[in-house]
Amino acid sequence: MGTEHLLISPLQFQLTLDRLAHQLVEEHGQFENSALIGIQPRGIQVAAQLRDRIQAILGGDPPRCGDLDITFFRDDFRRQDKPLQAAETNLDFTVEDLRVVLVDDVLFTGRTIRAAMDALLAHGRPATVELAVLVDRRFRRELPIEPKYVGRSVDSLDSQRVKVIWAEQEGAGENRVELINPDPQDG
Amino acid sequence: MAEFSSRHLLGIRGLQRSDIEAVFQNAREFKAVITRPIKKVPSLRDLTVANLFFENSTRTRLSFELAEKRLSADVVNFSAASSSVKKGETLADTVNNILAMKVDMVVMRHPHPGAPHYLAEKIGVPIINAGDGTHEHPTQALLDSFTLTEKLGSLEGKKVCIFGDIRHSRVALSNVLCLKLLGAEVMVCGPATLIPKHFGSLGVQVGHDVDEALAWCDVANVLRIQLERQGTEVPYFPSLEEYHAGFGITQARLDKLSHRPVILHPGPMNRGVEIASDVADGDDAVILDQVENGVAVRMAVLYLLAGRLGGSED
Repeated sequence: MGTEHLLISPLQFQLTLDRLAHQLVEEHGQFENSALIGIQPRGIQVAAQLRDRIQAILGGDPPRCGDLDITFFRDDFRRQDKPLQAAETNLDFTVEDLRVVLVDDVLFTGRTIRAAMDALLAHGRPATVELAVLVDRRFRRELPIEPKYVGRSVDSLDSQRVKVIWAEQEGAGENRVELINPDPQDG
Repeated sequence: MAEFSSRHLLGIRGLQRSDIEAVFQNAREFKAVITRPIKKVPSLRDLTVANLFFENSTRTRLSFELAEKRLSADVVNFSAASSSVKKGETLADTVNNILAMKVDMVVMRHPHPGAPHYLAEKIGVPIINAGDGTHEHPTQALLDSFTLTEKLGSLEGKKVCIFGDIRHSRVALSNVLCLKLLGAEVMVCGPATLIPKHFGSLGVQVGHDVDEALAWCDVANVLRIQLERQGTEVPYFPSLEEYHAGFGITQARLDKLSHRPVILHPGPMNRGVEIASDVADGDDAVILDQVENGVAVRMAVLYLLAGRLGGSED
């Protein structure tokens, strides 16, 4: 299992999402021409939380929000032990000329975002694409990709894991983010 | 999670229920992909697939080729009519010559039952059986069942009757095995001359009365009468008209029922023989859905088998 270190407490978690929602409204106004797109599997909860908060700030209808699956666009297909199982893409709008905000939980190497940009272009040509992440594991990038909206930046080792825990998962407790150090014997 | 238990897809025999569920799960996502404006994903862009057709086929080959192209694979086509098979080369030699050109996967149709199984022992790349004689046609069975799950949900306890020429059909055996793995009850129905005796041993009911079978089933899978394979010395039935009168699926027969079975046909149809035109074009027929789903299901099979190739150890 390894040892866990609390990176974002439940209270900080709420505040961070609130702050990201406010930053998005600051930048995108009424969201008439913007859309949030959560990256499957773990970005969609972050996107849904931001959508609800933005709706609470603006009133009226929630902003456009979709889920994007990137499985078939990954660059590590056949470099993994198992084939990657696809998840659902739910986009009931085209992204043509929209200002798209891609949303993920943790930004690490940047390869997921590279694949997401490819997957996104199959749904049209967005006006702009921005990136919002809950946790940015900076200095670990393998591609020139940077987020515009960041919940928390952390410095971490490759061997460590950053885990976002959601309250709705069974027996999970409250929303929080943990940094997990590997057991020394695991190498 | 979803992993295919086999390196090849030689038949439905040898597959597990989880394999079929993995195919369906991916096929659903691929179906969404191929209805987008950009119908292509890059998953197989570094692979080359050879379609080896030692027997004529139009729709299966087209469906496989589209599936491969929509996964961004490179595709080479080979058909026996234009080949060195006619010059006396053995199957293993023909295929090894093609593999020497660095092909990563093989899709094969062959007139002889067991040809892909034989080849699987001889060569080192995954093989997908696109029909071997009158034996199996696994991707057809997968797409038939996939189409049914779209229409009916789970197939557990559903009653499916396969009508027509069971003897010459590779679709029949694959369908029986696939449907039973998914928990459906299966019947085969047709003239006694067109149902091999051993079929009962597969755990299916055997019927010869179309009206009774239609009353029993939730799904009617109507197979093609293979005019080119009918007996040359002794015919299996007196005439096409008589076959239609005795065993054809007609609207008049369906109108007598208290329920409306889903109608499948793997194509190509002989309208007015095994199926009447108004049934084939009716609201309960899912024949064109089968064709559409064929591409998505074949993409899923190619994707799952390619996933087992491994990038690093090859």
